[in-house]
Amino acid sequence: MSVLLVLEESGGKIKRASWEALAAAQKLAAPHEIAAVVIGAETGAPAAEAAAKGVGRVVRVEHPLLARYTADGFCAALHQLIQNENPAYVVFPHTYQVRDYAPALACKFGEVFIGDVTAIEDGSTFTRQLMQGRLTGTYRHSGDGPCFVSVQAGAFRLEAADARQAAPAPIAAFRPNIDAAQIRTRPGEAFRAASQTVDLGSAQRIVGVGRGIQSAENLPLVQALAEALSAELAASRPICDNGWLPMERQVGSSGHTVAPRLYLAVGISGAIQHLVGIKGSQCVVAINKDPDAPIFEIADYGIVADLFEVVPALIEALKAAKA
Amino acid sequence: MLWVLASLMKIIVAIKQVPERDSPVRIAANAKWIEERDLQWAMNEPDAYALEEALLLKEKSAAADGEVIVVCAGPERVGSTIREALAKGADRGLHILCDDLGSRDALGVAKLLAAAIQPENPDLVLTGLQSEDLGLGQTGVILAELLGLPHATLILHVEKTDSGLNVKRELEEGWFQEIELPLPAVLTMQSGGSKLRYATLMGIKKAKTKEVRVVNAAELGVKAAPVVTLEEIAVPKKQKTTQILAGSPKQAAAALVDKLKTEARVL
Repeated sequence: MSVLLVLEESGGKIKRASWEALAAAQKLAAPHEIAAVVIGAETGAPAAEAAAKGVGRVVRVEHPLLARYTADGFCAALHQLIQNENPAYVVFPHTYQVRDYAPALACKFGEVFIGDVTAIEDGSTFTRQLMQGRLTGTYRHSGDGPCFVSVQAGAFRLEAADARQAAPAPIAAFRPNIDAAQIRTRPGEAFRAASQTVDLGSAQRIVGVGRGIQSAENLPLVQALAEALSAELAASRPICDNGWLPMERQVGSSGHTVAPRLYLAVGISGAIQHLVGIKGSQCVVAINKDPDAPIFEIADYGIVADLFEVVPALIEALKAAKA
Repeated sequence: MLWVLASLMKIIVAIKQVPERDSPVRIAANAKWIEERDLQWAMNEPDAYALEEALLLKEKSAAADGEVIVVCAGPERVGSTIREALAKGADRGLHILCDDLGSRDALGVAKLLAAAIQPENPDLVLTGLQSEDLGLGQTGVILAELLGLPHATLILHVEKTDSGLNVKRELEEGWFQEIELPLPAVLTMQSGGSKLRYATLMGIKKAKTKEVRVVNAAELGVKAAPVVTLEEIAVPKKQKTTQILAGSPKQAAAALVDKLKTEARVL
C-alpha cells in the first residue's frame, strides 16, 4: 500500500501536525512505502528534515509559482504528482490550508476527501467527529481511486513518527507544469490583528466562557470568578463572534493555543475547534448543564449543573478557602 | 470591465438546514444516523453568515438589479429555512427536493447544488465554511471545482473591487490574509465577520409572496453513487476519566475547590 504524505511547513520548518499525519500514515503502510511530499519554490530544508524521519523517500515538488500557497497552484501540482505516482492513499494534516484545497483535489479524481479523522479502523474505514463532537461517525471509502484522508491535530501520537532511520531517505525532485494563468487568486501577506493587551499563552490559570453564558450582561459573573481565581478570562469562538469579548481572548484553532495549569470551562460545550486550543492544559474543569457535552470527554473534574447556580457558589468557596 | 459594475450582482447562497444546537441527540435504531423525529431545525450558522454577507453586498451595491438567491437541498421541511432566508431579505429561493441527502457523499451533494446553480449564471456563490451536523467543510470547495470557478475559504469580509473581489481570510492562531480574486467566484464564509440580522415582521410578511422554485433532485440528472459512506455513528469514547462532582451547587463547588487544592494542586 503506497502512501503519499503531504507535509505542511511554515517558515521552512515542517509543522508538528505533519508528523502526526506521518504517524497516521504509518498505520496504513510500512515506512518504506511512504513518500513524504514537500511543496514550494525552494524545499531543500523541509526535504532534509523529512528525509530523517520514518519514510521511504521524499519528493520535492518545486516550482516558482508555488512560492506562496494558492489552492489553484497546489491542486495543479499535486494532481500531476498523484497521476504520476498512483498511490493508494494521500494523507494530509488537517490544517486550514488543507481544508482549502484537498476537497477540490480529491474531486479531480472523482473521489471524496475524508477530512479530520481521529482514528483509522482499517485500511478503508476511518473515524471522524459529527454534531460538533457530540457523536463520532465511521466513514468507509469505496472509490477506485486514491483515498484522500486528513488527520485531526492531536489524534495520532507524534513519538510513533519519530523513529529515526540509520540513513536518511532518498530525495527526488518533481517539477510540475504550471502556467501563471492557472492561478486565479492573488494571496496577500499574512497579518495579525492590531493590538494584543492580554497574554493568554503564558497565563497559569484561565477561565474560559462559552455560549452557556447566554448574553453579554451575564459576563460579570465569570469575570468575578476569574478574579477570585487570579485567572485570565478567555472565550470560545461564539462569544467573540458576538462581540461580547474581544477576539484576542479567543481560544481554539482560530484563536490562541493555551497551556495553563488550570483551565476552567464555563458553559463551553467543547467543539473540537475549541478543544485543540486547550489540549496543553494541565488540569481541565468543566461546568456545563449538558452531561453529554464533549467538554466532559477531556475534563479532569466536572460539575453537571446550571452555571448560574454553580459559579456564584464557586466564587464563595474560593473566597472562603483564601480566608 | 464596466459592465461588471453595472450589472452587479447575482449572488447565490447555498444554505443547509441542520438540527438546532440544543436539540437532544439520540442515535437511531440502525445506528446510521440520529433520530430525526423530535428534532427542531435551524439554518446552519455559518450559512447564516454567508447569507448576511450576500445581503450586505447587495445593499452596498449601487445597482438596482442585484439579486440574492438561496438554494437549499433536502426534504420538504427545509422549506421553513428557505422562508427564513427570504424573510431576512433574500429575493427568491431554490429548493432541491431530496429525501436521501444523508446517503449522498460530499461530492454527490455538491453535484446537486452545482446542477441547480449553473443555469442561474451567478456572479458570486457563497456558503458557510462547514455544517454544524456533519462538519465536512467541503461543499463550497467542491462546488467551485465543479463549476470551474476560483474559490477562497474561511472568509470574514468581502469587498467588491473594479476587477473582482478583495476578501479577508482567516488563518490559524489569530492570523489573517487578504486575497484578490476575479468574478465569478465561490467563497466559504467563516462566522463572526458581521452581525447577523433578525427577520423583521415586514420581512416575514414579504417572504410569503416571494418565489420558491422546487426542483426534484431526480430532475437534475445527478446519480447518488457515493464513494464515501457513513456506516455507523456512536457516542465518543472518553479520553479521560472525569470526576463528576455531585451534590448541591454549594457542595459541588466546595468539593471542586478542595480537589483543585489537594489533588490537582493548581490553586
